[in-house]
Order: sequence, then structure tokens, then C-alpha cells
Amino acid sequence: MAALSKIAAGNGHGENSPYFDGWKAYETNPFHPTDRPEGVIQMGLAENQLCFDFIKKWLMKHPEASLCTAEGVNKFKETALFQDYHGMPEFRQAIAKFMGKVRGDRVKFDPDRIVMSGGATGAHEMVTFCLADPGEAFLVPTPYYPGFDRDLRWRTGVELVPVICESSNNFKITRNALEAAYEKAQEDNIRVKGLLITNPSNPLGTILDRETLKSIVSFINEKNIHLIGDEIYAATVFMEPEFVSISEIIEEVECNRDLIHIVYSLSKDMGFPGFRVGIVYSYNDALVSCTRKMSSFGLVSSQTQHLIASMLSDDDFVDNFIIKSKKKLFKRHEYFTWSLSQVGIGSLKSNAGLFIWMDLRKLLKAKTFEAEMDLWQVIIHEVKLNVSPGSSFHCHEPGWFRVCFANMDDDTMETALLRIRDFMRKNNAAMIPHNKLCRRSSLKLSFSRRVDDFMSPGIMSPHSPLPQSPLVRARS
Amino acid sequence: MAFATKNRQLLSRIATNDRPGENSPYFEGWKAYDSNPFHPTQNPDGVIQMGLAENQLCFDLIKKWILKNPQASICTAEGVDKFKDISIFQDYHGQKEFREAVAKFMGRVGGNMVTFDPNRIVMSGGATGANETVMFCLADPGDAFLVPSPYYPAFLRDLRWRTGLEIVPVDCNSSNNFRITRAALEEAYERAQRLNINVKGVIIANPSNPLGTTLDRETMRSLVSFINEKNIHLVCDEIYAASVFSSPRFISVAEIIQDMDCNRDLIHIVYSLSKDMGFPGFRVGIVYSFNDLVVHCARKMSSFGLVSSQTQYLLASMLSDEEFVENFLKESSQRLAKRHRVFTHGLEQVGISCLKGNAGLFSWMDMRPLLKEQTVEGEMELWRVIVNEVKLNVSPGSSFQCSEPGWFRVCFANMDDEIVEIALDRIGKFVRQGKEEDVAPKKPKRWQKKLHYLFCCCR
Repeated sequence: MAALSKIAAGNGHGENSPYFDGWKAYETNPFHPTDRPEGVIQMGLAENQLCFDFIKKWLMKHPEASLCTAEGVNKFKETALFQDYHGMPEFRQAIAKFMGKVRGDRVKFDPDRIVMSGGATGAHEMVTFCLADPGEAFLVPTPYYPGFDRDLRWRTGVELVPVICESSNNFKITRNALEAAYEKAQEDNIRVKGLLITNPSNPLGTILDRETLKSIVSFINEKNIHLIGDEIYAATVFMEPEFVSISEIIEEVECNRDLIHIVYSLSKDMGFPGFRVGIVYSYNDALVSCTRKMSSFGLVSSQTQHLIASMLSDDDFVDNFIIKSKKKLFKRHEYFTWSLSQVGIGSLKSNAGLFIWMDLRKLLKAKTFEAEMDLWQVIIHEVKLNVSPGSSFHCHEPGWFRVCFANMDDDTMETALLRIRDFMRKNNAAMIPHNKLCRRSSLKLSFSRRVDDFMSPGIMSPHSPLPQSPLVRARS
Repeated sequence: MAFATKNRQLLSRIATNDRPGENSPYFEGWKAYDSNPFHPTQNPDGVIQMGLAENQLCFDLIKKWILKNPQASICTAEGVDKFKDISIFQDYHGQKEFREAVAKFMGRVGGNMVTFDPNRIVMSGGATGANETVMFCLADPGDAFLVPSPYYPAFLRDLRWRTGLEIVPVDCNSSNNFRITRAALEEAYERAQRLNINVKGVIIANPSNPLGTTLDRETMRSLVSFINEKNIHLVCDEIYAASVFSSPRFISVAEIIQDMDCNRDLIHIVYSLSKDMGFPGFRVGIVYSFNDLVVHCARKMSSFGLVSSQTQYLLASMLSDEEFVENFLKESSQRLAKRHRVFTHGLEQVGISCLKGNAGLFSWMDMRPLLKEQTVEGEMELWRVIVNEVKLNVSPGSSFQCSEPGWFRVCFANMDDEIVEIALDRIGKFVRQGKEEDVAPKKPKRWQKKLHYLFCCCR
């Protein structure tokens, strides 16, 4: 057979990593409350499923948002024909407004800088193609989203150089760490073209404080390299401190704006990963122009642009949605972290995202990544939860796991927590030194509080098991 | 200026080369249209857009279907219960019903001579994304694909820009109706070899853009046999498959390989709903490969350009309605046939002939008799007159890399009947003027004077 390309023959797609074992375990044995109550519960998928009832209500009140209703069908033809890579003006305006609202209207976004892409996946690849040549690199603070290995590197030939962040200071991105990574790249003869940060962070669930952001902007400015801020979780900040966007920082700090770029999407904040709404927002005119041309490879379906334009230009809806979403995330997060703490599991203090960064270091047989993998295999196959091991996020220290909590209903969450409780009960017996065993009665673990204590009445999400589908590839 | 240069240096080589190709004269016509677009009442002297291959003839049928099928939308009362499941569905395999519906549709469009396997259907960001994805899977930077000319201008961007591939044209000319001959293929292949260019495959569009013709069985077999012997890939862009409106019928490469001994791992199809259904905005690109590895690789790559799940859902419903599809394809074909007939007949009346076409949304118009000189410059001169004076945006053959000057692609399916008449009227007037001036005492032709003026004022 004629050979395929090197790109096709290689492993750049990243799917051979152990990270996907958890997916496979889930796929072959997915949990269902009645059909398969012993199945694997999916906690490796960062989806926001908490606000669909609110969206459904809006849809019923706005038939004109669809091209397929009597009210909207007269727009069908012109919309179906619309393939202009500038995107629909109403769509860009609505997105720009939404992005502003999510940042508390502290910044205004220019609709003419909004460029579409095939989800954030497409946005990242596109920005990388435009900012770096094959062999060049971006710095990326660890731990980071595993999909970056594919999105930024696979077809572009660009490298990623990790900026090591550690639990000793809550994984803060320090100036020292940035400089160290930059110098290491220099030593290895790798040309660094930029720094990619995810704020709020996946997998940490934290936001960058103002000081860190300023330090980052000053760093990239000095080195004359790009700063790409992936702000895909911006609206999931459910608790103080308030989210600070790069777009705000550059109003306060002197810097070359041609180096500043934001990647955004509606996949997490709205819960619409299927709609593939990726956005590139750059302060660099040449980049806007170039990415706009490139967006032809992954435009947003005009049908979806039409719907989103309508939805996100409804100020009332947007304001309420953002508040509701935060409230639900807050409650879910509170209950989940509290329940874990009851059984002796801590997590990084977080205020954003659809997951927590769980600390299972004390459960490791050894402080190694092999031990982490062993523990992870146990969690998947015995506890039957698909969580994501820290090593798949290039975490520098073994023992951390990302656990998603916003992609399931309350009952499923209870089931997951019970399994964790049972597991910890067994493990505590193993962990506790001999002379404490007689005190086993004090280990009675129960949840004295229920999720209802944390949830306001009336918010019982309908059961919604994930559909049984072929291997799901999510931006998780 | 120094800052702008510094700015450009901040970006990558890909960002700063001109492979997107938007500096070509081809886009002048677009600009002329954009700055002065025709409107029957508001701007009756504006430029008529005949450079856009869109299929606007059957939206009435689609509208009817939509109103009868509210469940196809996730935003209606009948469909909203599916909203959540659909909006979170991002599996790169695509919705099963969507793949099944597309496979069935492709089969039907191919005259039910082949059954397409839904598990080989891979999504992409329109045919634009599909063609690029296939290139990424099959070839490395510096490798090349042979492409019969004239070909779709955006291949220069789609196949080459981010992939780093090269295009080697296979010269086809009017002496044999632009047929793709074995000799031309061999010549192009050898030319590449001499230049040390590694040819990885051939890419064809069938039906052809811009010719508006389908490849006959013999040519298809010859192509398959050529690539098989050379052990290189064959990519068939069949995006206009359902736009065939008269015989001979469309023959997909999928049908050809059923009766031929060939290595199926070399055969790949690119498809889309942009032309056949008239849905370019929905970005429904499809890669269909007979090579398992390519299917797997393209599927992973499709993450960069999946079809919106909202759109998958709608189209799954629409295209699995067999009655609708049957009727739509029949009507579309008939309406295209009629439009083609009216248009080419109208041109003939004023002495302009076209390549005999049986497919596509355009005609390949022969304006060689009107050229001042049989050169690309002569063609561009004539083209500027057509755009700026006759006020029709047509596409010059040189933008399709046609090796002979004087051919123009004219689209006819993106407008209603009245506008077709107006366009024919304008062409008629232009041709008659030219003839009158031919017999009048010699003085500079009006359009030559105006051309001089134009050259001074534009760019």
C-alpha cells in the first residue's frame, strides 16, 4: 500500500495514552441507575449539564431562534447559504457581548475581532499554525489539559515545553518556573514562540490571581513571545475571588497587544460541546486576518450561529443563566468536596471549573507514577469510577486526580460518593496503623448531610445517563 | 511600516505566505460585486453575481419539508426534549443516524449502484476541511498531488496551505473537451519525477468544477488503473454528484472499483452537502475512504472540524426521509436542466458557445473569439471589462489554472429566472456592441478606452 503521511502513521493524536483506558472501561460498562447499576460512572468528562432546563424554557419561548419553526423558516434559505468566514454579524455581536458579561462587563469585546473555529480544539490548532513554525514551542504550565498535546502539536509540528507548577504553593505559576522553562528550552535549542495558559485552570479548577497574571504578561512582553489565554471556563467561576481575564490585565499593564490572544468556546460555559462553537479573539490585526481566512477549515454551522445569536443577545436570559449556572455549580462543588472531606479526601481549594483536583497522595503505595497508575486502575475497575489521573495532565507530582461533578444528576452523584465512601472505609482499615484498629468503631462513615441540604428545593435534575455511544472523544 | 514588518515577523511562515491566495485577480470580481451588488429594484445597474457556485433552486421543497417535520429540530416543542443530548454530543464518530442518512443519500445520488458503509463516513469542516484532512493523512510536506486543470481555485489553499503540499497540474485542453488522458497523467507524473517531487496521489473533481461535465467510465477506469500502477492515491471530490442533470449519468469511483482489480486502500472520496442540497453554511463535509487507516486517522482529525450536532440531527432526519430525497433529487435535476438549457441557449443566440455540460451549477463559456490576444493578459483584459462594464462577476479561466486563455466559468443556479434574463440581456448587448464596432470606422473601441481609464484608476 502507498504509505500514509508521517502525521497519520505517528502517535500525535495522543490516543494511545493510558488516559483513554478509563474511557474504554466506561464505554464497555457504562453506569445506568436501573439497567446497569454496577457500571462505571463517568467522572472524567468535563461537561456542564446543570442548566438545560433553563435553556429548554428559553427555546420554547423563542421559536424564531430556530430555522425550522414557522416563525423562523423564512430565514432558512439565506442562513443555509451563508458561508462567509466573517461569520454572521449578529452572531459575532452576541458572542462579544456574552464574553463581556461573563467578565462582569469590565471589558468590552470588539465583534470584528471575533473569529470562528471548529470548537476550542480547532481554535487552538489554528492559533498555533499562525504563531509558530514546526519545531518551535509554546510553554504550558502543568498540569494541563491532555488534549493540548494533540491540538497544538499533531498537525502543526509545534512542541510543548512544560512549566512545572507544584502543590507546595498550590500549583501557582511562578516567575521562576516560567524563566526556568524558558531557559531549558533555550539550552535545548528550542525556539519559544509563546506561553499558553488556561484560566480558569483545567484541571485545577482555580483562577489566576491578578498578581500572577500581571507577572505573566510582563514575562511574555519582555521575552517578546505570545500569550494565549484559554478562557473556556470563564463563566464557571462560582465563588470568590472573581475571574480576571487577560483582556482586563492588559488595560492595566503596559504591553505589546500584538502578543495577546484569547481562545474561547461555548462548550463549557453553556454546555454546548456538540455545537462546536470555538472562538479566537486576538488583539493582533494580522492574526485576526489570518485566522479568519483559516477558519474556512472549521466554521460554525450557520444554523448554530443563528440559534446562538438569538440566545446570547437576550440580555435577560444571559444574565439569569450566568447567575443560575454559578449557583448550581457552587452547590454541586460544595456538596461534593464536603462529602469527600468526610471520608478523609482533600482537594485543591478551587472556585471554578466543572471538576475538582482530588488529593489521593496518601493512598499511594509509593510516591511514584506507577503507584498512581495502580491506584487509578483500582478506582476504575473496583470502585468503578472513571476519574482522570494527574499524570495524564503532565502533573509533576503523583497522586492527584481530576474528578468531574457537573455531568450527572444528583442520584448518580450520590452513588459515586457512596462508592468512594466504601472504598475509603476498606482502605482506612489498611492505612490505619495496628494500634489504632481497635478504634474502628469511630470510623463509622456516613453522610449526615445529604445533597438536599446543599440544594435548594426544586432543583432535582432529571436522570440523564450518557447515551451508550462508541468511544467518546471529549474535550475533557 | 517598521512596526508592520515586526508584526508580521511575530507570526508563523504559514501565516505570512500567500497560499490563502486571496491576492489573486479572482477576488477582484468579488470586490466589484461587494461594492456594487445587483438588486432588481434597489440597484438594477449593479454587478450580477455569477461567480458563486450555489444551488438556490430547490429551497421551496426544503421549506415545505421543514414545516412538516418539526421533530427534526431540537428547538421545537416536538424536538426540544432532545436538545440536551444533542448539544452535549461531541463524539467524533458522529451521530449514527446522521452517518446512516448520509451513506444512504450518497448511495442514492450514485444511482443506487453502490452501497456506502456508514462506518466509513467521517465528518469534516465542509469539503474545504475534508480535502485538507485527506491531504494531511496521505502526504508529507513537500509531497505533491496531481490535479487535472482546469481546477477549483481554492484547491491551492485547501490542499497546500497548512499541509505544505504541492500541486502538479495535469494539462487538459479543449482539443478533446478537456478530457483527462492517460498521456497527460503520465506527462505530469514524469515532470514531477524530473523535478524530484514525490507524487503521492491524484485528486479529481467529478463532476468537474469548472467544466460542468462528468467523467466517462473509460476515463475513470484509466485513472484508477494509472494510480494503481503507480501505487499512489486517488481522491475523488464528488461534491457535485447530485447536480448531474442530463446524461451521461454520474458514476462514482466507488462504482468503478467494484469491477476493477485495484488496491482499495488507495481510493478516497470527498463529499459535502454544500452543492447538492444547497447548504454551504451548514459545513457538512464528508471523508469516505476505503482505507481503514485513513478512516481512523481522518476521524481523529475530524475533532478540528466536526459538524454541529444540531445540524447533524436535522440532516439525519431530512436525508432519511426517502420520499423527500427521491423527490428532491428528481426536482433538483429537472430544474438545473431547465436553467442550463435556458442559459446556454441564450448564449448561443448571441454567438457564445459553452463546453457541452451535463452537471454542476455553471457553464464553461468559450470567449476565445472575443479576446484581443490569445493570452492570459488578453483574457484578463476581457474579464475586467465583463466585470466593470457588462457588470457580471464571472470567473476567468486562468483562476482555474486553465492552460488556454479565453474560457470563463459562469454560474447560473444562484439566482431566479428574471435575473438570468437580465444577465443574458447584458451579455447580448455587449457582444452586439463589439460586433458593431468591428464594422464601424476604426476608432478605439469604447471598452478599450474605458479599460485604459480603469487601469489608471484601479489599484
